[in-house]
Amino acid sequence: MSVGLTHYLVVSLLLFCLGLFGVLVRRNLLVMFMSLELMLNAANLALVAFARYHHNLSGQIMVFFIITVAAAEVAVGLALIVALYRQRRTAHVEDLASLRL
Amino acid sequence: METLCFYLFAALAVVCGFLVVANPFSRNPVASAMFLVLTIAALAGLFVLLHAFFLAAVQILVYAGAVMVLFLFVIMLLDLKEEERRSWRKFGLVGGGVAVALIALLMYAALRQSPLGAAGEPRVEGSTAALGELLFRQYLLPFELVGVLLLVGMVGVIWLSKRAVP
Repeated sequence: MSVGLTHYLVVSLLLFCLGLFGVLVRRNLLVMFMSLELMLNAANLALVAFARYHHNLSGQIMVFFIITVAAAEVAVGLALIVALYRQRRTAHVEDLASLRL
Repeated sequence: METLCFYLFAALAVVCGFLVVANPFSRNPVASAMFLVLTIAALAGLFVLLHAFFLAAVQILVYAGAVMVLFLFVIMLLDLKEEERRSWRKFGLVGGGVAVALIALLMYAALRQSPLGAAGEPRVEGSTAALGELLFRQYLLPFELVGVLLLVGMVGVIWLSKRAVP
């Protein structure tokens, strides 16, 4: 059985769900951020697979832009995490409850 | 051969992705980062199988190179020893697992029912020349805007890290 579009989409689905699980379950800001990267990569895989099987290169252009935006997002997010750590000495979401009533 | 490569890379990506989020042996964020590098490398392999050679190179350079080095630097800066002694929350684990399983089921059902229209044999495409042609002609404006976005991100990061937050 040759590999088709569905195979790639199933791999993408699995990676996306793993990333979502990480964001929901892990409580460390850095690991949550890495799970977000995993979700972005899963979307990239789906887009490249669609681009190949539908003969449309625009999917790859989209992936190009997603990678760029993800790089900017990582830089800003990590700077925010470092600033937060400087002030609160923690990178744990459960310790960041000052808005809780 | 291609089928074998696909299953190899796909299994590597999924297993390493699992080890990023739920490593049973170590809670250390450094281990997660390393497995994320492996996942990204496996995804680059899948991109090569999909004839997206330029994107595979960019994936390795930008993600496995720049982004992960940034992650490791920040892990080094922060003192994350306490992560290892915190226990998993039972409720969060079960709730998150059930929610994610439901979403996975939903997406898989959608995948089964939708007509994907992938009957034809895929052509060889995705050459860097064709990609550049498309990027600098049809998608020139988004390309320039992404440049502005990177500049804004850079300025924001410098501002955030220079200023001692009061």
